[in-house]
Amino acid sequence: MSDYKVVPGPEAFLPPAAAMMGIELPDPGEGHIEGRIVPEDEAIEHAARKFLGAKVPTIFPGPQILWHWNESAAIKAACVREMAEILPARLIPMADYRPKYPKINPEVEINPNHPNLTIWHNKIDVCLFVGVHCHQANLALKIIRGGTSCYTMAACGMSGHEDACLTIRDVHEDTLRKLTACIKKLKAEGVKSQAEPFEQFRFSREDRKPAYLT
Amino acid sequence: MNKPVDVQNRVLKGYSNVQIGEKSKYKDTQTYTDPNFLFNEAEVTPAFMTGSEVIKEAIRRANIDLSVAYPITPQSEAAALIGELYAEGYMGDYFRGENEFGVMSQCAGAAFGGARVFTTTAGPGTLRAFENFPMWAGSRLPIQVCVTMRGVNSPLSIQPDTLEMFFLLETGMLIWHAETAQDLFDFILKGFIVAEMPDVHLPIAVCCDGFFVTHTKDTVALPDEKYVLPPYDPYKSPVVCMDMESAPVRMMRDPFVMKSNYISYMTQASWQLEVRAAIERSRKYTKALIGDLIECENIDREIIMIGSGTAVSQAREAIRLLGLDGIPVGLVKIKTLRPFPHEEIAEALKDAKKIFVPEFNVAGYLAREIKAVLPNNDRVVAGPHVAGGMTMPSEVIADEVKKALGMKTSGMTARG
Repeated sequence: MSDYKVVPGPEAFLPPAAAMMGIELPDPGEGHIEGRIVPEDEAIEHAARKFLGAKVPTIFPGPQILWHWNESAAIKAACVREMAEILPARLIPMADYRPKYPKINPEVEINPNHPNLTIWHNKIDVCLFVGVHCHQANLALKIIRGGTSCYTMAACGMSGHEDACLTIRDVHEDTLRKLTACIKKLKAEGVKSQAEPFEQFRFSREDRKPAYLT
Repeated sequence: MNKPVDVQNRVLKGYSNVQIGEKSKYKDTQTYTDPNFLFNEAEVTPAFMTGSEVIKEAIRRANIDLSVAYPITPQSEAAALIGELYAEGYMGDYFRGENEFGVMSQCAGAAFGGARVFTTTAGPGTLRAFENFPMWAGSRLPIQVCVTMRGVNSPLSIQPDTLEMFFLLETGMLIWHAETAQDLFDFILKGFIVAEMPDVHLPIAVCCDGFFVTHTKDTVALPDEKYVLPPYDPYKSPVVCMDMESAPVRMMRDPFVMKSNYISYMTQASWQLEVRAAIERSRKYTKALIGDLIECENIDREIIMIGSGTAVSQAREAIRLLGLDGIPVGLVKIKTLRPFPHEEIAEALKDAKKIFVPEFNVAGYLAREIKAVLPNNDRVVAGPHVAGGMTMPSEVIADEVKKALGMKTSGMTARG
């Protein structure tokens, strides 16, 4: 059995892929916490507690729920927004995967090729990837683990992400609602959100101007 | 591993293509069949056929959208037989490429577009196409290429030689090596399923030894041809549908790749690690479908032979000959080179005093791979190996063992 743990960094100049360190992905109905396989419900509750205990909890919605390419995507997007409001958590989109040059605006976006910039700029201590394509999510999760101390979580519609500190798999709208319900339940039991006050980002055309035009 | 993989309970978990039971879109006499049923429960009938014909029979049941062909010995017959399948309506499209580089590029184009793609190549064809293989892997394209291995050296040889598989090892592809025609049939069909899993999603090279497997008749157990694999689902791809505005294409044409800074290189390195990680993830699906990554016989013996492909067949006969002389020898057959079964090999060989690695190539690369995962690797004898299309008589393997034991040999080595 591997004794490797998928924990927040900064881990290494080039952190290894967790799969190469012997970390298996969960099977259906399971999740993993720092590499340990657990029932899905346990992972969901752990995610809720991590979110509520964070100073800058942040959700990174990806293209699979940012774009209305099918009805399920729209429903999942609404579920994610509800989760962000209830926590509360910042929503910082990973709208696509293009490398952004001359620079990204880390207050309003995250990019898989240099996700550490967004984490550092906003001092994000706990984040959730949702709706990000698996390859790009793993790319970003490794880079975040390598150079930041952020606790990473991934809600994946496919098989999960061993490069996140916590993952749940086969995520659909019911899974997202379950996570939101768990957050509500913990709050009702007296667990207070530690989130620092913030203003939720709203995207505008003005924000989309290239840096050299501003 | 943080979770042991159950090899006994060989059910593929996490596979949920929903169109089971529907008629194939290509051949209405075929229905999409749950791979767990097809591989574990469907009745089979024995057939006696060449390896090339076996490739055809596997592809008949594989629900291929496209196959691209280009002639090179010894895969030409298989490529031509797949053309017959196209004529009979078993696949979406089939054509001849301009050359092997063109073939593999065309396969990439089709796979980028969401097609299940199969092709075959061999020897110099593999090398001519080579730039495409790491590109396939980096682009996460689950294309299958059947490599019917032959010599790649100059002076030219069309005879069996496994050197090209060595060249493929670090391309980021899954590399499976079939010993027999039955392996070849099973690996082709099962290879699609493993390669297309969302967390794997890599190209796969199903390799076999040219002529020894492709042109030799063998008995193969075939499920009824009414069964066909469910279609590939491109929406389960771990990368976005490719266009010029998406990575990796965008990444390749973008100044990003030219930047000399830490994070640019880090992204490239992480991308490569992710491909290697996907190879690791394939282990549990591979084990669910083809059993453990190695097969062991009598590994409690002090002398063990370990190999892959038809070197295993020759070793098996050598072990019988040695047994007649009262020398007990065990056998380990390696089925997958990528992922490499390092833990399994280390465990199987932990008590061996002497380990022999017969190989059909001049480099002895498999012996090097095995040495790299073993403590006390001075136990490993890198040989015998032959090259350039030579056969490897079982007597030569037996002699290698006897020589190491200080016994009189048959003198087979010097025979012409």
